[in-house]
Amino acid sequence: MTTDSPAADSPATGVHAAASPRESTRSRLAGRVLRGAAGVAGFLALAELLGRTRVISPAVLPLASTVLARTGGLATSPHFLADLGSTLAAWALGLVIATAVAVPAGVVLGSLPGVRAATRAIVEFLRPIPSVALIVLVGLILGPGLRMNVTLIVYAAVWPVLFNTIYGLDDTDPVARETLRAFGFGRLAVIRFAALPSAAPFIATGIRLASSIAIILNISTGYLAGRVSGNGLGAFIAEANTGAGNTALVLAAAIWAGVLGLVLNGLLLAAQRRLLPWHHEFTAEAA
Amino acid sequence: MLEITGLTHSYGPAGRARPALRDISLAVAGGELVSIVGPSGCGKSTLLRCVAGLIRPAAGTITLGGSPVERVPDGLAVVFQDYSRSLLPWLTVADNVALPLRRKRGSAPAAAGEADRTAGPARAGRRARREAARAALATVGLTSEGGRYPWQLSGGMQQRVAIARALACDPVLLLMDEPFGSVDAQTREDLEDLVLTVRGQRDITILLVTHDIDESVYVGDRVVVLTPGPGQVRADLRVSLPSPREQITTRQLPAFVQLRAEVGRLVRERETETGAHSERGAAGPVPGTEATAANTGTGQG
Ligand SMILES: Nc1ncnc2c1ncn2[C@@H]1O[C@H](COP(=O)(O)OP(=O)(O)OP(=O)(O)O)[C@@H](O)[C@H]1O
Ligand SMILES: [Mg+2]
Repeated sequence: MTTDSPAADSPATGVHAAASPRESTRSRLAGRVLRGAAGVAGFLALAELLGRTRVISPAVLPLASTVLARTGGLATSPHFLADLGSTLAAWALGLVIATAVAVPAGVVLGSLPGVRAATRAIVEFLRPIPSVALIVLVGLILGPGLRMNVTLIVYAAVWPVLFNTIYGLDDTDPVARETLRAFGFGRLAVIRFAALPSAAPFIATGIRLASSIAIILNISTGYLAGRVSGNGLGAFIAEANTGAGNTALVLAAAIWAGVLGLVLNGLLLAAQRRLLPWHHEFTAEAA
Repeated sequence: MLEITGLTHSYGPAGRARPALRDISLAVAGGELVSIVGPSGCGKSTLLRCVAGLIRPAAGTITLGGSPVERVPDGLAVVFQDYSRSLLPWLTVADNVALPLRRKRGSAPAAAGEADRTAGPARAGRRARREAARAALATVGLTSEGGRYPWQLSGGMQQRVAIARALACDPVLLLMDEPFGSVDAQTREDLEDLVLTVRGQRDITILLVTHDIDESVYVGDRVVVLTPGPGQVRADLRVSLPSPREQITTRQLPAFVQLRAEVGRLVRERETETGAHSERGAAGPVPGTEATAANTGTGQG
């Protein structure tokens, strides 16, 4: 199962990847978008060609143009938009709750080695349980809908945020800690002024990991739990799948899911750059 | 004011501990500026960290104003050797300098008779903090850099920010670990004079670690020379130079030249002679040196 990604074990990934001086960032970004768009266009053109030349029968895989038309059409379908809204709501709620739970928990575990040792066994037991395995159980207990979706997302999203918080706290420069202590600050102040700001970029990375996990999980949940209001994009795909020859519709919904993940990740990244400007600049300098 | 007796410290797990300091004894009077010199790795930073209450020494006692140092004392400021890591990258220069003023001060004063300064008001207000930071930055010549971030400054500028931060909180005891290592010669002289001025204006006791032998003599009332690691006190020399000191004329005085040569010789001496010298060090000023320094015993007061 892919939702419990191994990224939680290497929380630093991505943090140091975003190192580039500010002046060239914008033009580099533009270049990347351009190249990306060219790649997508090339892929679509190839798919269209294969379909039109009957190398791949359109009955098996719909023409790229058909899929694109369906994708565009979904933007005006109230039925689809309601499901998209459900997914977004579950994503946002789940992420907020997971962060609100995981960051304080991470601070406690990260600064009290005793508590960390005491909870290690239970954490190591819970973490590997794939969230998808819990879908049926949680569905039975809570019934389908937003509550079930949010609960599952929280469960899955807590881990990357928790582990990145702990990792970030561990990574705090001991000289910074000593400095605060030397100026007479107590334990809590050291956490507040040194450890948390230092962990913030790690936490942000954890939240972005959690975000993509949340989307994948929400679609899996909806797909398995089916057509109930509040079950989101996955339910829409499951329903589309039942009609004969609806491959184009399924693909269109999948494209929306992909775009959604891309956009949300971009938004979170932009927020991170805005809220934690020193980290971006700092690593850019260090690189 | 500060009394160090038999201070010994080792790093590492018991059994495989590596000694860093051995049996250091040192008494520092209130208002004194003591320079500490010694080869790299002899334990100078370790000594300061023990005095700051940041690490617990393996043996020996440190008392400050009569009470033993068991935690970080109030009224303390430290300029760390690792100045750039000691500045917080997410705070602007001005916020870094103002940071120590945000602490809620405890009640135990660093020294008897200093209660009014260490206990002070509960906490400085935002405006007072900003004003104090601005003033402190002005004294190190960084008035216009307050809004920038530490990592946008050169090493020498960062070092001056760290000095400004230590001065801004008006410490009773100031520990400086190679505070002028990264600045140019001119700025270095200015900062040496700044420390002397501050010391003249406020009631402040200073321990200053340096690698620069001239500097140790120029700024110090006393120069403590440590042996190669694990450090012991090899010599404790009184600097009897007229006050106020002046960069050019003071350094030309025969007493300065002689004392500098003496300190230089003591720092370079081979380890085999350690025993004999630590005897002398423990006994107080070295007889031969007393003769070289004019006005023995009258530092600047
Ligand atoms: N945190 C630490 N853990 C283990 N050993 C340490 C630690 N800090 C210092 N040491 C060791 O203690 C000895 C003294 O170190 P210290 O930093 O006090 O020397 P120093 O006199 O300040 O040297 P320098 O002039 O190079 O700054 C050295 O041998 C060093 O390796
Ligand atoms: Mg040192």
